[in-house]
Amino acid sequence: MIIKSKAVSGTMESNDIFVEIEPSQKGIEVEVQSIVFNQFGKQIEDTVKDVLNSFDVDNALVRVNDRGAVDCTIRARVETALKRAANEVK
Amino acid sequence: MKDNKLISSVKEAITAAGVKDGMTLSFHHHLRNGDYVLNMVMEAVAELGIKNLKLNVSSIFECHKPLIEHIKNGVVTEIETDYMSGSVGKAISEGIMEKPVIFRSHGGRPDAILSGESPIDIAFVAAPTADPMGNCSGKYGPSACGSIGYAFPDAMAAKKVVVITDNLVPYPLVDYSIEETYVDYVVKVDKIGDPSGIVSGTTKITRDPVGLMIARYAAKVIEHSGLLKDGFAFQTGAGGASLAAAKFLKEIMLEKGIKGSYALGGITSYLVDMLNAGCFEALMDVQCFDLGAIESIRTNPKHMEVSAQRYASNYYKSSCVDSLDVVILGATQIDTDFNVNVHTDSNGYIMGGSGGHSDTAAGAKLAMIVAPLSRARLSIVVDKVLTVSTPGNTIDVLVTQRGIAVNPNRPELKERLVKAGLPIVDIHDLKKMAEEITGVAEPIKTGDKVVAKVMYRDGTCIDEIKNVITK
Repeated sequence: MIIKSKAVSGTMESNDIFVEIEPSQKGIEVEVQSIVFNQFGKQIEDTVKDVLNSFDVDNALVRVNDRGAVDCTIRARVETALKRAANEVK
Repeated sequence: MKDNKLISSVKEAITAAGVKDGMTLSFHHHLRNGDYVLNMVMEAVAELGIKNLKLNVSSIFECHKPLIEHIKNGVVTEIETDYMSGSVGKAISEGIMEKPVIFRSHGGRPDAILSGESPIDIAFVAAPTADPMGNCSGKYGPSACGSIGYAFPDAMAAKKVVVITDNLVPYPLVDYSIEETYVDYVVKVDKIGDPSGIVSGTTKITRDPVGLMIARYAAKVIEHSGLLKDGFAFQTGAGGASLAAAKFLKEIMLEKGIKGSYALGGITSYLVDMLNAGCFEALMDVQCFDLGAIESIRTNPKHMEVSAQRYASNYYKSSCVDSLDVVILGATQIDTDFNVNVHTDSNGYIMGGSGGHSDTAAGAKLAMIVAPLSRARLSIVVDKVLTVSTPGNTIDVLVTQRGIAVNPNRPELKERLVKAGLPIVDIHDLKKMAEEITGVAEPIKTGDKVVAKVMYRDGTCIDEIKNVITK
C-alpha cells in the first residue's frame, strides 16, 4: 500500500487512540505518545508496525496519541487511517 | 476578665501564638479545593522568615500548590497528611522533600495527635463562622462547609489554637462545634475560601452503563449479605458508582421497609435523601460534600456532626466505624490477596491517600470495593499493588461489571451470594479476564528513595512509597 496523503483517525477520548499518518521516503517511522506508555509503549509500537506490515506499507510516518486503547481499537484506528491515507476510503 | 482574643491579622496571630523554627502547625481540609487558609498562613510564616516547620494537614489539594515553593525554600521540611492530590503529590513523588511524608488514615491521624505520638504546636482552624471568643462552626456563613469534624483533635491537643474566620458574629455563637475553651486567638479575614471549590452544587450519580451495572451488583451483594435488616449501618464514598449503589440500595430498603440506624462519613445529598425517606435514623457527618448536606446538618437534628476521633479512631474505646455493617469503597488497584491501593496511580505518582478507607474497612462487617475491571487499558486486579493502603484481610468483596470476587476468608458470604445467583468469580480469574482484553502490562520501575510512609490506623508502617523516575 502506498501512502499518498496525510490522514487521521480516532479521537482523544479515554480508551481511544488518535492516529496520524503522513507520506514518507524514509521507511517506517512510528512515534508513540500514551497515558500508559510505561506499561504498554512497546506493545503499542509493535501493534502499529504489525498493521503497517499486514498492508505492505514500506514508507510512512505514523504518530499515535493513545488514551488507553486496547489492541483491537489500535488495529482498527491504524487500518482506517491507512486506507484514508492511501485514498481508498474517505 | 480575660482580654478579647481578637487579633487584627494572620501575621500578628502567628507572632502572638509564638510560631518558631521547627514547630508543628496543623490545618484541616473541610474547605477542600477552595481553601485559602493554609496558603494565607504559610505565606505569612514565610514572610516572617520562619523555617523547618512540620505541617500536619488532614488533606492536601491542588489549591495548596504554593506549598511546593515553601518546601523548596526550607519553610516546610516535614508533612503528615491523610490524603494528597494534585501538584503537591506529584512534586513529592519526584523527590523534592528530604524527609518522607507520613500518611495516616482519618482515624489514625486523631489517634496520633491525641495520644501525643504526633504533637501539634499551633492549630489553625478555618471557621466559616466564629464569635470573638472562638466558639466556631462550619454550618453558617458565606464559606459554609457543614461539619468541621477533622478539626476537633487539632483544637483539643494543640498548644495554641488560632481560629480564622470570614464571618464574625456576636458572642455567644449558639450552635457551635468547637468551643472557646480550646481557642487562644481569633482572626477575621476577608475570605477563608472559594465556595465553588468548597462544595459542589449537586453531587450527581453516574450515567455510565458500566458504573450502573457495578452499582446494581453492589446493591444486590448488600441485599443478600444477611446484613440488610432493621438497624443497618452504612457508609459509602462520593464516587459515581458508590452513589449509584446507594440509590439502588435505597430502592431495596424502601421496598422491603427496612429501617436502618445510621449512615456515616462524608455526607452527600443522596444520604440526606435516604435519611428523609426513613432509610436511616441518623446521619453521622465528619465532612459535607454538597450544599444539600450542609443545609441538612444545619437544620435537621438527626444529622449529627462527629469529630475525626469519634468517626474512625482505633485508639479510643470505640468509634462510629466499629458499628458499621457495610462500607462501599473505591480502589486504584487491588491485588489477588485483596490488598488495596488508593495512594498511587499507575505510574507511581501520589494521587490520594487512605482518608477513612482502612478505618472503615477494618470496622465494617462487610467492606466492599467497587471498580470497573479495567481503566485506560489497566486491569484493576494486579498480582501485587504498588502501594498497600488497606490490608487485604479487611476487604471482603470486589464488585466489577464482569463479576464479583469474595475474599477466601469469607466462605459463608460467598455461599450466600452464590445462592442469590450473583456472578461470583475467583479474583485470579477476574485478573485473567481483564488481561485478555487489555494485554499484560509491563511492571513500573520506581526509584530507591522513600518519599512517603503509609501508617496503618494503629500507627504501624504498612508500606513505603518510592520516588518516581523522571525522564
